[in-house]
Amino acid sequence: MMSSFLFRAMDARAGIFIAILGAAIVLVPAGNLFVPESSPFHVPTYAVTLMGKYLTYALLALAVDLVWGYCGILSLGHAAFFALGGYAMGMYLMRQIGTRGVYGDPILPDFMVFLNWQELPWYWYGFDMFWFAALMVVLVPGILAFVFGWFAFRSRVTGVYLSIITQALTYALLLAFFRNDMGFGGNNGLTDFKDLLGFDIQADTTRAGLFAASGIALVVCFLICRAITRSKLGKVLVAVRDAESRTRFLGYRVEHYKLFVWTLSAMMAGIAGALYVPQVGIINPGEFAPANSIEVVIWVAVGGRGTLVGAVLGAVLVNFAKTWFTAALPEIWLFALGGLFVVVTLFLPKGIVGTVSQGWTALRQRKISADYEAGSDDPPSAPPHSPAARANITPPKPPAPVPGNAEPQPAE
Amino acid sequence: MSFLKTFLVFLCVAVGLAGPAFAQSDPEALRPLINELAKGKYAETEKQIGALVATGNPAVAPALEALGEGKLFFRKSDGTVFITEKAGKSYLLTDPLTLEAAGEAGKREVKKVKVNNKLRRVIRSALGSLTLMAPDPAVRKSAAEAVFKAQDPASIEALDVALQAETDDGVRTVMEQARAAAVLNSDLDEAEKIKAVDTLSDMGNRDALSLLINLENTSEGVVKEAASLAVAKIEKSIAAWNAAQNIWYGLSLGSVLLLAAIGLAITFGVMGVINMAHGEMVMIGAYTTFVVQELIRTTAPGLFDYSLLIALPLAFLMSGLVGVAIERGVIRWLYGRPLETLLATWGISLILQQAVRSIFGPTNREVGNPDWMSGAFELGQMTITYNRMWIIVFALLVFAGLMLVLKKTPFGLYTRAVTQNRRMAASMGIRTPWIDALTFGLGSGIAGIAGVALSQIDNVSPNLGQGYIIDSFMVVVFGGVGNLWGTLVGAMTLGIVNKFLEPYAGAVLGKIFVLVFIILFIQKRPRGLFALKGRAVEA
Repeated sequence: MMSSFLFRAMDARAGIFIAILGAAIVLVPAGNLFVPESSPFHVPTYAVTLMGKYLTYALLALAVDLVWGYCGILSLGHAAFFALGGYAMGMYLMRQIGTRGVYGDPILPDFMVFLNWQELPWYWYGFDMFWFAALMVVLVPGILAFVFGWFAFRSRVTGVYLSIITQALTYALLLAFFRNDMGFGGNNGLTDFKDLLGFDIQADTTRAGLFAASGIALVVCFLICRAITRSKLGKVLVAVRDAESRTRFLGYRVEHYKLFVWTLSAMMAGIAGALYVPQVGIINPGEFAPANSIEVVIWVAVGGRGTLVGAVLGAVLVNFAKTWFTAALPEIWLFALGGLFVVVTLFLPKGIVGTVSQGWTALRQRKISADYEAGSDDPPSAPPHSPAARANITPPKPPAPVPGNAEPQPAE
Repeated sequence: MSFLKTFLVFLCVAVGLAGPAFAQSDPEALRPLINELAKGKYAETEKQIGALVATGNPAVAPALEALGEGKLFFRKSDGTVFITEKAGKSYLLTDPLTLEAAGEAGKREVKKVKVNNKLRRVIRSALGSLTLMAPDPAVRKSAAEAVFKAQDPASIEALDVALQAETDDGVRTVMEQARAAAVLNSDLDEAEKIKAVDTLSDMGNRDALSLLINLENTSEGVVKEAASLAVAKIEKSIAAWNAAQNIWYGLSLGSVLLLAAIGLAITFGVMGVINMAHGEMVMIGAYTTFVVQELIRTTAPGLFDYSLLIALPLAFLMSGLVGVAIERGVIRWLYGRPLETLLATWGISLILQQAVRSIFGPTNREVGNPDWMSGAFELGQMTITYNRMWIIVFALLVFAGLMLVLKKTPFGLYTRAVTQNRRMAASMGIRTPWIDALTFGLGSGIAGIAGVALSQIDNVSPNLGQGYIIDSFMVVVFGGVGNLWGTLVGAMTLGIVNKFLEPYAGAVLGKIFVLVFIILFIQKRPRGLFALKGRAVEA
């Protein structure tokens, strides 16, 4: 049962993707740890950390693609789940500092001593144990998403309205976490971490391990998303995206489907955040900024929404460009990012992966048509896995997919 | 503190001007009295002060003031008294009556007239009662206020005299209050004190409250009862004034929200376009104001008071043109795809922000307030600043103007027609693409003139627009999309709720509560406070 579920996740495209990612998971840490520094194949530690950061961003983009690309829920607040996961991890790392902090208090983190707090707030209990923190990384974003989604989907808040209130949610959290009274370090957030599960967080081996962990988390989440979207559940999600009312009239409990995929996506975002924090060494309320959430959406749009692989590709590409631009031409970066938003929505609505695979499908289509005219018996029809076949619930059989019809439309 | 300084300067000048008129009659008759100040100990000096006050001649005021400040010296050789100013090793002498320069004197030639705290108090109330008779009502009023602060029983007599002669009702009230304050400190009988308590409880502000609370703690019997009654009454009225002040602040915040949101109400509410670059239109308006003011400063400084009026149409044009360009260039390709529009306009907002940052620099820019926008006036116990008041007036004017345009002009008619049924409107010969562009331009232009107003109360920086975008969306969504009245009510409600939460929860937590409230509210009424009904809902 389970194996068939996961088996469905595999096809040529997913295979290539996982192969590349698997190679990276093995080669990058190996290049850092075992290749001598003089060798041209040596991967410096900062590059390992940087790429590890990209992988966590990719996981966040994957989570957004699951809800936006397949279910039509445009979340402008996914960074909130990411940051909550990050804070849960940050709290564990803070507790691990122990007496090595500036004030040397065995229990209270530095900022609490600084604020003259006498004892640990109740919500900090348990974070000295890794299993508890790991549970919270998933549960806190999950529960928040569940409650929020339960209210929102039940009242049929859809489309732009949902986007705006997700933005309000992350904005409210931003303001809340800036307050010192909240007990999360206020403006400065949580930082100055020492070790993770007993390993020094600055050590090369830990960095390499975190990179591998990010890669593995990405592969696992990718497989889960892939399996979901190719199952019957996934078909219903696409139906909700393209014609929500019709799906409801057919007897599906639309809000249950939405709630499930929304909560799952928030949990994935939380995991991404938890892997992000030890690699960059800090978590602060800035991560909640609405602008961050919108940036995630553009990663997905660049790569191609509703393709999963595209989300990962987009996240890595855009962030690589960001790293390069902010170092080389800092003035230009916002122009480039803004231009990217405009160009992608106007000229590349399917993103890189969508456009490439559409072009490839069109080529194959032309070849089949040519064969048909030459006397072959097969009638021309859309190949089973083309985006056109997935975007339309009842695929008509046009002689060739008309670009534009295949456009995934958000459920309005 | 600065108020006190201005007051003292004012007093000096006023007395100095009024002085000669009295002094003309008999300037030299006072001189022996003043010279007497130099003789004897504190107790005798006090008597001399009393004698000076008894003359009722305001010309003695500068000398008394100088005495209070420790600037009154006498010449050892002949005992003449001078007001002095230290200049290097010697003193500059000024005649205490004519206020003319009277040469210099070495350090050893003069000696300071000694003064202690008790004397200073005597001087303060003496000065108060002296100027109570001044010809200028403003001087009399501030004198009475000074007496009120000093609460010296000795000034009761002077006040009684002044009250008899007083013709101005406003000054009379202040004098009566001053007298009441003095009576509370005196050892007069209970009836007088209760009368004083009544006067103070009518006064009803914080000064009166602190006096009465003090009395309540120190007195006994009937007076104590009267005092506690009065305290309760004043506390009630202060609470009412606080509520009024909160409502005023709320309206002021609401009008800022209204200004920021009203353009959005057109582009989002009427056209259904999500314009994330709306905040940047506000920013462009603010920077237009800055440029206009800079030009005026360098070319025609005299026009500075009109700078905002000049900036208004220019800001409307600038933001409007940018808006039309955005609509023609980007948004028109995205109609019917609201989520894509959201992303594309977000990209535009990033570009505009960076453009402004590159041109004007990342720091805040200084936009000045014209004279008629600075300052404040008192209404009852509320302080109303002119810039807040004008912004409320301005927001309502903009709202009314917009309503007029939409309801009474052909352009408004076309806009509404296109909104309601695009194809039908097109069939009737309306050029829908033009109407789209112009409506978007109108919404953006309104954001631009909002920027002119916001430049007066906010920092003009490239991030100006970012601060308003989420709030504006909240207002529009809360009020109900496609309904300008909803935007008005939504903005004012959110403003007032925010300001009422602030004292209890703090500014940040109050804002969080409002956001959570809106999130919950949208669950209950997904289409806002004033929802459109019927077919338009599904459009």
